Amino acid sequence: MSGYSITEPSAGQKWFAGTLVAIYALVTLLPLAWIVATSFKSPADSIAYPPKVIFDPTVEGYVNLFTTRTRIPADQVDSLPPPANFAEQIVRDQGMMITGPSRYGARFLNSVIIGFGSTFLSIFLGTLAAYAFSRFRVPLKDDLMFFILSTRMMPPIAVAIPIFLMFRSLGLSDTHLGMILLYTAVNISLAVWLLKGFIDEIPREYEEAALIDGYTRFQAFYKVVLPQAATGIASTAIFCLIFAWNEYAFAVLLTSGVAQTAPPFIPTIIGVGGQDWPAVAAGATLFLIPVVVFTVLLRKHLLRGITFGAVRK
Amino acid sequence: MAEVRLSGVTKRFGTTAAVDAMSMTIADGAFVVLLGPTGAGKTTTLRLIAGLEKPDTGDIFIAGRSVLAETPAQRNVAMVFQQYSLYPHLTVRENLAFPLKSPILNTRPQQIERRVGEVAEVLRISHKLDNKATALSGGEMQRVSIGRALVRKPQIFLMDEPLSSLDAKLRADLRVELKRIQSDLGSTLLYVTHDQIEAMTMATHVGVLDRGLLVQFGTPREIYENPSSIYVATRLGQPRINTLPADLFGPAPDGAATIGLRPEHIHEGEGRPASVVRVEHLGDQTRLHLDIAGHALVTLADPHTSLAPGDTVAVRPENPLYFDSNGLRIA
Repeated sequence: MSGYSITEPSAGQKWFAGTLVAIYALVTLLPLAWIVATSFKSPADSIAYPPKVIFDPTVEGYVNLFTTRTRIPADQVDSLPPPANFAEQIVRDQGMMITGPSRYGARFLNSVIIGFGSTFLSIFLGTLAAYAFSRFRVPLKDDLMFFILSTRMMPPIAVAIPIFLMFRSLGLSDTHLGMILLYTAVNISLAVWLLKGFIDEIPREYEEAALIDGYTRFQAFYKVVLPQAATGIASTAIFCLIFAWNEYAFAVLLTSGVAQTAPPFIPTIIGVGGQDWPAVAAGATLFLIPVVVFTVLLRKHLLRGITFGAVRK
Repeated sequence: MAEVRLSGVTKRFGTTAAVDAMSMTIADGAFVVLLGPTGAGKTTTLRLIAGLEKPDTGDIFIAGRSVLAETPAQRNVAMVFQQYSLYPHLTVRENLAFPLKSPILNTRPQQIERRVGEVAEVLRISHKLDNKATALSGGEMQRVSIGRALVRKPQIFLMDEPLSSLDAKLRADLRVELKRIQSDLGSTLLYVTHDQIEAMTMATHVGVLDRGLLVQFGTPREIYENPSSIYVATRLGQPRINTLPADLFGPAPDGAATIGLRPEHIHEGEGRPASVVRVEHLGDQTRLHLDIAGHALVTLADPHTSLAPGDTVAVRPENPLYFDSNGLRIA
């Protein structure tokens, strides 16, 4: 343990730093707060000018998000049964009736399947590749690593047309598998590079000890390397998931129905006489939740350097 | 419990030979200490025997069979590393049980429990069994690491400076303990150290390595009393052997370039005068730093000596060692 001292920042410095952080948080969180607020506004409030900060909250946006509705024909107004639940009541108040569920649930599920599927695949392949690059004598290792990185040197959308044609020929257009493969292809270079850095930090003596203790190379990898790489795997998974979850351009281009994810779907939510902003905001708000939950769950891993301290110095 | 034999083993890293045409037989049940400075090939030798490195040429035999084609697991050796010894994500108990749970041994749970308990007892870490490995002090980590080797009763123990990070008292205790365990089990043990006391007290044989070559192999006393070169002579002895021009004390054997004088080879009271430069009182012994015709000389004096810097004392060699200009022993 080497002795060093850290000078405690002065009160003024702390105050200054705190102010900067607060301003930054305000700037970045304001749009988010506005979206969440909008999701609880009525359509009229959502487009009011000047914008309304104080308003009567309603879940109309959420109800509209999950339903398809139609205007009640004049001759049926009296023959309708009374509203069965609060959602129906809200719709009736607009002079409409619910005709069925919207496609938001299905699109959201597509996002979950594709986002988590591609994250899992990226991490699975990335960890194995990173381990091999870190531990074995791979011919042309540096060139291969550069090649892997070079796939990220242009924006992925630059190759949209070749990918579109390729997907059409292979029958991958508008399939879950196609989108999982595409996002994995984009994420894997990030995963290999990040994970190689983490695995490089794990001393190989641990695996060698496991080899001598009677384990095979793969068992040593699984039982000794993987638990210690958990921190790196968690943070890499967050990056991969955020990309796949939020990706818009390819999703617009390559999916239309079966495998369409939520990002291209949300802006298409149309209400009566124009865009239904509260419903769009509700869709966006709900769409934020899984990534936030995933990040918060893995945050513990991000902060904990589990290998620190085990090394005899 | 097995004999280990290296036959013309060479291992190169790039252009440097870490181990160079090494042949050595480690008898069944022997406690062999490898001595040599950093880079002499001690650790590489252990790694070759363990199977963590493959030799470029030569063959390695354990209990008479060539093990080149075997994995480390199949060789049934246990190794204590100098560093990074414990699995940081496991508790002490899990660390100790790890080798027993391997697919090769696949020990029954009750037996694991018993073995772990026994070893923890011997190494005095029973009270730490449920701690995370990272929550131990350096000395405790190293004891667990030794314990992980002991739980298995392997054919051969390989230890790479296992006691170097421990404090003096614990090191002395574990030295005795290791020696006792080794002779109780009758296992073959190959041990790398820089510590002379460890080498002299524990080893049945000492191998001295110099840049990948095994330069001398023998009992600790042979190595100490009958070194084959200056290099070997300087490996053992505290204070180190003094090397001076051969003719400093009068006629030397033909071809001798250097005279080697261990502190006990210097007789005080007659001979050539030397001036006292420094006197170090170490308690049980007193070291005299002398200057003799411009050459530094370290010897021992009576613990209660009254000599002081500036005094003059006459010295003459007694049973000295002579070396030629290449450092090889000639007399």
